[in-house]
Amino acid sequence: MILSDIYIHAENLCFSYREGNGKEENPALRDFSVEICEGEYVAVLGHNGSGKSTFAKLLNLILTPTSGHLTVGGVEVTREDLSDEEILNLRKNVGMVFQNPDNQLVATVVEQDVAFGPENLGLERAELRRRVDDALERVGMTQYAKHEPHRLSGGQKQRVAIAGVIAMMPKCIIFDESTAMLDPSGRREVLDTIRMLNRDYGMTVLNITHYMNEAAEADRVLVINDGRLLMDGTPDEIFARREELQAVGLEVPQCTELVHRLRGLGIALKGDGISTPDACADLILHAYEKLSK
Amino acid sequence: MDKLYLDHVSYVYSAGTPFEQKALDDVTLAIRGGCITGIIGHTGSGKSTMMQLLNGLAKPSSGKVLLDGYDINCDVNDVLEEWKKLPEYSGMSPRSAKKAIAAKIKKTRAKLCFRVGLVMQYPEYQLFEETVSRDIAFGPRNMGLAEEEIRQRVLEAAAFTDIGEDLLEKSPFDLSGGQKRRVALAGVIAMRPEVLVLDEPAAGLDPLGRTFIFEGIRNYQRKTGSTVLIVSHSMEDMARYCDDVIVMSGARVIRQGSREEVFAHVDELAETGLDIPQITHLMQLLRARGLPLPENIYTVDEAVEALRALLGLGAK
Amino acid sequence: MKGISFGQYYPADSVIHRLDPRFKVILTILYIVCTFLCKSLVGFAALTLSALVLIFISRIPLRIVLRSVRPLLMIIGFTFIINIFWSRGEQLITPEGWPIRIYAEGIWNAVYMFLRIFALITGTGIFLTYTTTPMDLTDAIESLLTPLKKLHVPVHVFAMMMSITLRFIPTLTEETEKIMNAQKARGANFTSGSLMQRAKALIPILIPLFVSAINRAVELSNAMECRCYHGGDGRTRLNVLRCNGRDWASLAIVVLFGAGILLLNGVGIGYTLG
Repeated sequence: MILSDIYIHAENLCFSYREGNGKEENPALRDFSVEICEGEYVAVLGHNGSGKSTFAKLLNLILTPTSGHLTVGGVEVTREDLSDEEILNLRKNVGMVFQNPDNQLVATVVEQDVAFGPENLGLERAELRRRVDDALERVGMTQYAKHEPHRLSGGQKQRVAIAGVIAMMPKCIIFDESTAMLDPSGRREVLDTIRMLNRDYGMTVLNITHYMNEAAEADRVLVINDGRLLMDGTPDEIFARREELQAVGLEVPQCTELVHRLRGLGIALKGDGISTPDACADLILHAYEKLSK
Repeated sequence: MDKLYLDHVSYVYSAGTPFEQKALDDVTLAIRGGCITGIIGHTGSGKSTMMQLLNGLAKPSSGKVLLDGYDINCDVNDVLEEWKKLPEYSGMSPRSAKKAIAAKIKKTRAKLCFRVGLVMQYPEYQLFEETVSRDIAFGPRNMGLAEEEIRQRVLEAAAFTDIGEDLLEKSPFDLSGGQKRRVALAGVIAMRPEVLVLDEPAAGLDPLGRTFIFEGIRNYQRKTGSTVLIVSHSMEDMARYCDDVIVMSGARVIRQGSREEVFAHVDELAETGLDIPQITHLMQLLRARGLPLPENIYTVDEAVEALRALLGLGAK
Repeated sequence: MKGISFGQYYPADSVIHRLDPRFKVILTILYIVCTFLCKSLVGFAALTLSALVLIFISRIPLRIVLRSVRPLLMIIGFTFIINIFWSRGEQLITPEGWPIRIYAEGIWNAVYMFLRIFALITGTGIFLTYTTTPMDLTDAIESLLTPLKKLHVPVHVFAMMMSITLRFIPTLTEETEKIMNAQKARGANFTSGSLMQRAKALIPILIPLFVSAINRAVELSNAMECRCYHGGDGRTRLNVLRCNGRDWASLAIVVLFGAGILLLNGVGIGYTLG
């Protein structure tokens, strides 16, 4: 890994929520260190309250780390003398899509909502128009430009929210459980959009989720537990550690579960492909063909 | 007799306005008592409307909803002739009999929400009391039960949903998302409904939270022999917990029957925009590539069995 | 609930719909002034005619406009009666010796008051609420109040608050309905009992509603911060309000109309207000 490729570099990040009386509460994130490269598709797993959302909110300084160093795009954002302009620049570069689509749309018309971010950047009107049209086009919502957001389906609202973020042309987008409130088809819409942004536009993507099947689509998986980074690897590497995952309240995809149990019965299945049905099918087929010979 | 029966039920939203929309279109279905029935369908297929019809929160535009054979929306004139013959009304004059029958219908209706318990989507928003135990007691208190009985029901409901005693005196707003969900569920279970209807009970929860909720529901069903209806998008959960399954699409029921019968038509389900269990998808892939596997496998256990038979033979 | 569009905006394609919302706010104010300038019979005739013409141009069905008058009928009726019975004048209509004295001036006053209120409601309705989306209205008010920024009045903040309120009204309405249903399903009763009991029955709705509104506000402010919101400074807008000849022409027409009303006040037919 070449150093210049690293986009996000976190070193010993800590964060604690404070109670009303100012006394420190349970630390939500402890000594968290990770490097994320440009163009990576990273899934972040962890049960509710594991600290994964806190981690995301630190990356664009919605929360300020209690201690530690964070460098985003070569700029150290944990510096004491960070200017307001630098903060705005950070938020422009690291966009965020939240869980509840209703609570992140600001305007009563779709295109005006998408324009909200770029408007805050103070762009020219022609440039605003271009970006809004382009962003709506990318998420496939052009035909809804004049609609009222509250009449859209959950998946559509979430795509509008994504358009609002990509209209700022960020380098990285964080999805904070953005599929949790959607039905299967809405989830599919959002996941396809995420993948498209990563593959076709080279955006760095962090998908915070507790759906294992979603994590299987990423290039890399981080598992967070109790505010610490517990595992870091490819989906296959992570899902191979089934017992450890179960110990922290997570499960593995059904396919992975199946391979584990078959291996437990003494059936030889060689290979690492255990995260997706396609890879898993290859594995089983391979074993079957070997038997029939 | 079926516990619940929907007889040609239709429901129309905002009738007579440009926004008119059919949420249910001539739906007829039967729900067996004493088991868990899953209703699956994508958003807008009419599932949530159906829930509200079952306990009288909404009235069908046409058709009947029968609970134990009794039309829950019946009007005194519909039943007058039949009921007059019942021994309890036999000695009365026609006028007073009618009055008595009307009173009886009204009373039955008022009690309906306690017999058919409804757990809505994201039910944690309904919490409002100062303590968890008081919130769970809200339903039983509205039933007019004695304090001692209420206390007992709160404890019982907390036990079903695995809410520890240490949580009972806490504020519901201090709990985690999964715990709040369980408190909301307990608040309905505490009314001991004969029929428990749940809309996406595990939506948005992490795997452990999901398991807790479904185990709580199953516990309640097993111990009390009540009837449970779960509305969900997740066929993986349905395959794991339900005995019967109803599939809805475009305001209609497109399939109903036992889990095995319905899931045998898995391709058709995928067409209606539902996600089929990953394991079923894997089995389809394997069959397509020539492996002799049975058609309807939808849990990991079943897949393990089938593959062991196939691969294990040679291993010996 | 979902089916009902918020506000009274009535989508149609008319000249008035297409006017610059800032001009519409000004036109509304001018028109209101006209209704108060009006004093003579001919003037009121012209005013009533202008209101009817406005309805016609805006292509909004008459029954929709009349519907908005309905909630005000009580007030209109009340002022009508007060004017009839309490006005004193010279021309007594009721026979001498009756306990109630009604003067011709009283009847004129009542009729004029009625026409004035009718024109007032129609004018604001046609110029503003029926033909302007709430979003446009917010933009117009922000734009018109811009000069106040020099006096350090937080104009942008007010406008932002207004537009967020508009955005969340349907969401919170739906939420209220959901909470009500959930509590009804637990046997809550909102429709019977004494006033005190009913007020108490609202607690299970109000508390969850507040909690949810506060949560939404926190999440929304996070989301806005993430999208680089930092107040109105240096912010540009996608939708820029533009006025053209049509807007100036309509302004001229209304001003001329006002002048006309003043002139007509001099025509001495029928009763003229003092």
